[in-house]
Amino acid sequence: MRWARENLFRSWPETIATLLLLSLLWKTIPPFIDWAFLDAVWKPDSKACRASEGACWGFVVEKHRFILFGTYPYELHWRPALATLILIGLWVFSAFRAFWKSWLVAVWAVGLAVIGILMWGGVFGLRYVENERWGGLILTLLLTTFGIAAAFPLGILLALGRRSDMPVIRALSVGYIELIRGVPLISLLFMASVMLPLFLPSGVTIDKLLRAQIAIILFAAAYLAEVIRGGLQAIPKGQYDAAHALALPFWRRTYLIILPQALRIAVPALVNNFIALFKDTSLVLIIGLFDLLSTVKISLNEPAWTGFGVEAYLIASLIYFVFCAAMSSYSKSFEVRR
Amino acid sequence: MIEMVKVNKYFAAFHVLKDIDLSVARGEKVVVCGPSGSGKSTLIRLVNRLEEHQSGKVIVDGVELTDDVKKIDRVRREVGMVFQSFNLFPHLTVLENLTLAPYWVKRVPKKEAEETAMHFLARVRIPEQAHKYPSQLSGGQQQRVAIARALCMKPKLMLFDEPTSALDPEMIKEVLDVMVELAREGMTMIVVTHEMGFARTVADRVIFMDEGRIVEAAPPAEFFSAPRTDRAKLFLSQVLGH
Repeated sequence: MRWARENLFRSWPETIATLLLLSLLWKTIPPFIDWAFLDAVWKPDSKACRASEGACWGFVVEKHRFILFGTYPYELHWRPALATLILIGLWVFSAFRAFWKSWLVAVWAVGLAVIGILMWGGVFGLRYVENERWGGLILTLLLTTFGIAAAFPLGILLALGRRSDMPVIRALSVGYIELIRGVPLISLLFMASVMLPLFLPSGVTIDKLLRAQIAIILFAAAYLAEVIRGGLQAIPKGQYDAAHALALPFWRRTYLIILPQALRIAVPALVNNFIALFKDTSLVLIIGLFDLLSTVKISLNEPAWTGFGVEAYLIASLIYFVFCAAMSSYSKSFEVRR
Repeated sequence: MIEMVKVNKYFAAFHVLKDIDLSVARGEKVVVCGPSGSGKSTLIRLVNRLEEHQSGKVIVDGVELTDDVKKIDRVRREVGMVFQSFNLFPHLTVLENLTLAPYWVKRVPKKEAEETAMHFLARVRIPEQAHKYPSQLSGGQQQRVAIARALCMKPKLMLFDEPTSALDPEMIKEVLDVMVELAREGMTMIVVTHEMGFARTVADRVIFMDEGRIVEAAPPAEFFSAPRTDRAKLFLSQVLGH
């Protein structure tokens, strides 16, 4: 009671706001519970679904494997499933500071190699699956993983380049960043999928997935560069003075003194960008790759299930949300740390 | 140890240092004073090339400072510097601050670098703070860490740029004590400071600067009792007058 009086009903405007919000919750939450649980249909039966007022989870039950794994051969779904778990495992493992040793690189190398073997197959008696058929959650996670892994260092180099004393390097960095930032990701993806092959010498082909990955990396790097530059600008000049006075050469100085401080300052904005990158991977839909969101969309094309988009998108959103929430809550541990 | 000949320095159109001639012998302690904006800090920042000069010569320990990065590097290894705002690395512990440059620049083995660091921390009387972060220390302690950090590179020459100006009065003494001790051991020192007591006890020579020129250079006894220029008289009356 006392808590309520102090926090919810301290003044008239506050009381009115509290009552308004409570009535809003009262009007929305019970109907949602009715829809999502009480009236919901859990059997994969589209007729029952159409007859019912509630959510049609049956659709998700029926299509969950396609949503999660895309067009990957049905009987081989254990392979992307295992690969997804390994990839998530690698991320979780890397989250522990105690494991931030040089051997972590080796762990990733092995982990990614195993993922590659699982996804492609072609060895150890595993059937070969071309990456045109990869899809669903693993595709989203792989595009994000390699996107961050490559765009982050590239972004650091671009940020340093933009602050370089050497005019050529600075001009190139500025030019790159402004050019890429001035273009929507969709057009980059189109260019990567349509135009890139035209520039390559005949006989050389890069597959669609790699082209999309490159476009995502180039795009994210430009944004990350600006975020990192912001962090670099926040470093007091005295830090440079001290590093110079101790005769630390450029790369040492950058790696040991400047970047650790700049990146920590940039953490909130960096995480913002990583989350955006994670969600932007869904744009690969437009060049015909089936990431998590595309698979949802495609499963809705089946006549029996048209109209049950809400349920499917709700599940997809939930999956996206879980990953983004994990990223942002983990990033908080950097901010508090001194 | 240091030889400056007809040195001029500009910040864009602003003429900061005008025809500076200065030589400092090995083991000599020079205190630089003067009103703010007179070019004192810029003068000592020339010595380890934190600032470039536009004309004249700056020779440190036999090496002339030019754009040649190798030479700059050679000089910086021999010259320690202590700043007004400490400039410790906030993301590293005290011990890491002290071992960083010996390890990465001079390639001293980690263990040896740590022993040296602990030795100098004891000398500046805060060995118990080795594993703290700079922000956990008082200003006086931070500045003593900064002095220890410079000493860990075993420099031949130490530059002090207003080392006590950012400190609370009660912490000034602990820093000055360390500096006096260092001077007694024979370190070559150039100190920009307004601590006239320190100048009197330690300095071999006091240099008074105004508007980018060295206006007076004399032993402290002479400078304090009989300044030759009106500008120096005025300055002294203001600094010593309270």
